[in-house]
Amino acid sequence: MAMFIRVDIDEAVQGDEALKKNLVEACPVDIFALDGGRIVTVDANLDECTLCDLCIQAAGDRVKVVKLYRD
Amino acid sequence: MRLYEFEAKEVLRRARVPLPKSVMARTADEAAAAATEVGGPVVLKSQVLSGGRMKAGAIKFADDAAAAKAAAAEILTITVSGQTPTGVLVEERREVVQEYYAAVTWDGRAKRPVIIFSDMGGIDIEEVAEQHPEHLSRTHISNLAPLSDYQAKVAVSRVGVTGNDLGPLTRIVAALTRVFVERDMTLAEINPIGKLADGSFVALDSHMDMEQEARGQHADLLRSLGIPDEDTRMARPPTEFEIAGAKVNDADTRGIAGNITEFDGNLGLIIGAGGGSLTLFDAVQSAGGNPANYCEIGGNPSVAKAAALTKLVLSKPGVEKIAVMMNVVSNTRADMMARGIVKGVIEAGFDPAEKIAIFRIPGSWEDEGFAILRKYGVEFVDRSVSMHEAAARAVAKMATT
Amino acid sequence: MSILIDENTTFIIQGITGREAVSMTREVLDYGSKVIGGVTPGRKGRNVHGVPVEDTVRAFTERERVDASVVAVPPAFATDAVFEAIEAGIKLVIIVTERIPRKQVAQFVEYADQHGTRIIGPNCLGVISPGKSRVGGVGGAAESTRRAFQPGVVGVMSRSGGMTVEISNALSEAGLGISTAVSIGGDAIIGSTYAELMPLFDADPATKGIAIYSEPGGQSEAQLADYMRSSGSKLPVVAFMAGRFMDAMPGMRFGHAGTIVEGRADTTAEKIARMEAAGIRVAERIEDIPRFLKERIG
Repeated sequence: MAMFIRVDIDEAVQGDEALKKNLVEACPVDIFALDGGRIVTVDANLDECTLCDLCIQAAGDRVKVVKLYRD
Repeated sequence: MRLYEFEAKEVLRRARVPLPKSVMARTADEAAAAATEVGGPVVLKSQVLSGGRMKAGAIKFADDAAAAKAAAAEILTITVSGQTPTGVLVEERREVVQEYYAAVTWDGRAKRPVIIFSDMGGIDIEEVAEQHPEHLSRTHISNLAPLSDYQAKVAVSRVGVTGNDLGPLTRIVAALTRVFVERDMTLAEINPIGKLADGSFVALDSHMDMEQEARGQHADLLRSLGIPDEDTRMARPPTEFEIAGAKVNDADTRGIAGNITEFDGNLGLIIGAGGGSLTLFDAVQSAGGNPANYCEIGGNPSVAKAAALTKLVLSKPGVEKIAVMMNVVSNTRADMMARGIVKGVIEAGFDPAEKIAIFRIPGSWEDEGFAILRKYGVEFVDRSVSMHEAAARAVAKMATT
Repeated sequence: MSILIDENTTFIIQGITGREAVSMTREVLDYGSKVIGGVTPGRKGRNVHGVPVEDTVRAFTERERVDASVVAVPPAFATDAVFEAIEAGIKLVIIVTERIPRKQVAQFVEYADQHGTRIIGPNCLGVISPGKSRVGGVGGAAESTRRAFQPGVVGVMSRSGGMTVEISNALSEAGLGISTAVSIGGDAIIGSTYAELMPLFDADPATKGIAIYSEPGGQSEAQLADYMRSSGSKLPVVAFMAGRFMDAMPGMRFGHAGTIVEGRADTTAEKIARMEAAGIRVAERIEDIPRFLKERIG
């Protein structure tokens, strides 16, 4: 279970094939994966997030990285 | 990694260095059979990765198979510098008229291999160097020029050897030098080389150390000598805890979280990096603490790896708390370490606030790290608290619980 | 003043497209260092954080002045990369790569000597002259580096990259600051030892004292002691010796490749005795280093 990082993907991303592909490739720690055409987060990799912001640079406000330790 | 005498001699045999006939025996019965095979009077030598065998009584002589069996049985029970023998080398006994010393090693100052040769073999070479310097030569060889026998000839000739002795001694020293260079040794020594009554020469004992980093390049040699990959050749074999630590480190390639050495204290240590670990281990001991382990974290390991290392240390019987400490970090990230260690403690079923005696990893991404530690109630310090002070605080906590 | 590098030092990074080298490039650029290029065979025409990549070192040296190179390639390719830099005429080669076999290190060090090239490392984090430049990743992120390495009067040499930062940070917090800090590397054979760098510090008017970090194994400390006795150096030297627990554990390896107690000369007790006999003050705690230096620098 991820304890430190949650990544929220806006439903709008699901319709953008290029962005989905981009997210899967951009993340250095493989947080994004395609599951039957839908983009999902990989629970086992969430806590490895390096806060590099590459996903946010790709998706803007359609992806949110939440620091669970900062609530 | 040090080779046993019987392994070093096999390396020499393949390099065409003349040797007395010998057979390796693992038991007393094998030693009796070996003595029969060798024939005549034999010397039996304990096979340990240490000097001081003669002093410990681990070298004995026998004239027949029955005596060899008795001698081997006794040698196998004798530990030398804390080491249990892996067997006994049963070797033909030769009468020598003179002994020589030959070694090739690295001279760290000159940054070149140096051939050390003496016509006063069989005794402490440091003593020869101090008291009889004219009997000892040091000959440096270039790392770039091709290896050539003249270098060995110069080394032998410098102590005054000439005539019929120069050729055979040169060939032995040249072969030893080739072994040193080609097999990435840190030491290749024959002590003594014995001159026999008939004027020929044999290598009577040998000590070789191969560079740890070069093991992979010489897998063929090590395999042919029967040395398994997991044989670390440290002063003692690795414990189960240490083997588990190596597995944690090998689980993924990101960074280092391992190099575990087991101690018997109650304070688990998650420390780094290379020099920081040495410093912090000293600091814990000088504050009166009892470390349960040594380890090294560095190179920014994954959160999963840091968590696995933490769980391993906490699983060790007798570990009451852990201290998490590093020098000011550059590439390793304080926040990733905080995540991994807090996660490891929780997954092991403990409360981070209670189990982590102190957390001191200042440097890269420390603000994010501090936020995590605050949330879980872990006591942490920044760079204004020294490594020694942090270690002392952890030790003080142990005393009050 | 400083030694080895200053604000005008131009350098390239060999292996610039590797994961760690990419972040190093970002960090040295943020610090203001003059990284003018990178080399990764087959990647000519790309760039890393705006730094152009070429296939060969000569592609840069043939068109502009290159003062230094950082070698950050995997161990199997490191020796080749160092030879290439020396052949191309670069006079300062800083090798970050770990686990290069000793024989290969000895070969390129000898080759470098023949060509008047200085080698720092292998297995080091690089060199920093605070406020001027840093060549290598020592200190990590630029902001953290500025905090740990403030400009000042102490020359630092360390066999541990991490402890280069820790000791420099202590000197900065104490208000002494750093002239140049050199992570010299943790291997048994390195391009530049303490004693080989001392003449540079002796000749640097900005350096008023020296702090070193040392460990068990090797002859570097004995060599430094000999230098201090024979050179007439006026610089006060304070040494910190780690790994004291290893004296009781001969044959066990800890820390760096060069760190093992094989004989009496490798022990910390022996090294401390030799250094103290040569007038080097040995500190037991990091926080003692600035205190001891302040007593001598005044």
